[in-house]
Amino acid sequence: MPILQVEHLSKRFDQHEVLRDISFSIEKGEVLAIIGSSGGGKTTMLRCLNFLETADDGTISVDGKVIFDGNVQNPQNFRSTDKSKMRSGKKAVRMSDEELRAARRHFGLVFQSFNLFPQYNVLQNVTLAPTLAKAGTPDEINARARALIDRVGLTEKLDFYPCQLSGGQQQRVAIARSLALSPDILCFDEPTSALDPELTGEVLRVIRDLRQENMTMVIVTHEMEFARAVADKVIFMADGIIEEMGSPDEIFTNPKSPKLRSFLGNF
Amino acid sequence: MFSDVLTALAAGFGKTLQIFFLTLAGAVPLGLVIAFGSMSRFKPLKYAVRGLIWIIRGTPLMLQLIVIFYGPALIFGFDPWGGANSGRLAATLFSFILNYACYFSEIYRGGIESISKGQYEAGQVLGMTRSQVFFRVVLLQVVKRIMAPMSNEIITLVKDTSLARVVAVSELLFKAEAFTKSQGLIWPLFFTGVFYLLFSGLLTVVFGKLEKKLSYFN
Ligand SMILES: Nc1ncnc2c1ncn2[C@@H]1O[C@H](COP(=O)(O)OP(=O)(O)OP(=O)(O)O)[C@@H](O)[C@H]1O
Ligand SMILES: [Mg+2]
Repeated sequence: MPILQVEHLSKRFDQHEVLRDISFSIEKGEVLAIIGSSGGGKTTMLRCLNFLETADDGTISVDGKVIFDGNVQNPQNFRSTDKSKMRSGKKAVRMSDEELRAARRHFGLVFQSFNLFPQYNVLQNVTLAPTLAKAGTPDEINARARALIDRVGLTEKLDFYPCQLSGGQQQRVAIARSLALSPDILCFDEPTSALDPELTGEVLRVIRDLRQENMTMVIVTHEMEFARAVADKVIFMADGIIEEMGSPDEIFTNPKSPKLRSFLGNF
Repeated sequence: MFSDVLTALAAGFGKTLQIFFLTLAGAVPLGLVIAFGSMSRFKPLKYAVRGLIWIIRGTPLMLQLIVIFYGPALIFGFDPWGGANSGRLAATLFSFILNYACYFSEIYRGGIESISKGQYEAGQVLGMTRSQVFFRVVLLQVVKRIMAPMSNEIITLVKDTSLARVVAVSELLFKAEAFTKSQGLIWPLFFTGVFYLLFSGLLTVVFGKLEKKLSYFN
């Protein structure tokens, strides 16, 4: 059974269809790379998985359990503030805050711009969420955070603040932070594109290590060589649809769609 | 004579401090409530609150104080304040807290809106509740950003306390002016100037310390 199954996911911003009928699945421990040109909907897809955006249609299932279903009819929860839904005349579910947070717990998200909490040091950045979620005793949370920070190679920086770290170090802290609540699936949105070229290596190395440890990951990236090396499956997105999907070999060696060919030609 | 004046001024200074601290104690939290109101997604509330802020910031505090003190009795024939000193002080505090809460609310709103969306989203994807995101992630960053405008407002409040004398609250300036009127003495007024200077100087130092304390992050 796939750990993550996405079916017929769609998302509109006003009339603009940003995601159309997106379906894919990944198995536990697999790495999915998503590539595609700017504006193709890659970020929006990750944001829908992490419930930063609410998809209009389709389902998201984790481990066989549907955690999001855009088709559920639930009139008393009709969300009258969401104009795009009113216009389409469909009755949408409004998940309760509690449900939303439970659903989010399956996913972690590493942002392009790190988004570390500037007022907390490295250790505190990693312990904050588990502490608030009461995910263990303070000692357990602390020990686990230290282990995660060690895993991303930043043990000497435990009490540094984000402003004292390089971009690559900040991104590694962000990875440790998003692992602290043990998500089933870790998503990355162009984790290295805000970094100087000489700093991308250290972040990609951490992701490679996570792969060795069988972490399930969905990675949006413009690093084609990296995608090819690390992914079990690659999706090429263009204009809101999955234009082509396959193994790294199929995608990079034998691209079929003309759009994908011309996209790969740019690298 | 000299000691009579000093005793009177000390009492006035006590009243000034009372107005100052009670106004802060009321306006700092009320400002946050007003700020949330002015950012509400419920449009009627948002516009009502922004209308109130416009009125309060667009008219003189002295006018507000006079209307709040005399208005109820003259318009409705009902005086919530009573003629006693405590009523005068209560009306003063009511006006001051409302006025400063509106100013603070705009500073808070600016601070809150200046925090990047990514901070909220990072908290959300880590499973935090809305209030956890606000209090544990956003608030201290807001506090840091509003420190300078808040210290300006608060130092203005030190001097605005002297407006209370229009409803005969015996704060510092009221006391000193009494000697000028009854005995032709000017020096008590200079004394009050020194009090205000020392007090606002002290606040400047305190705020400088706080800003320094928060300078470890950006
Ligand atoms: N909040 C929003 N409101 C309206 N339109 C949006 C919003 N977010 C994204 N879009 C639009 O959706 C489309 C897809 O954007 P998205 O950010 O998902 O693309 P992307 O594939 O991540 O691109 P990039 O490679 O540049 O990061 C774009 O046309 C964008 O303008
Ligand atoms: Mg993007």
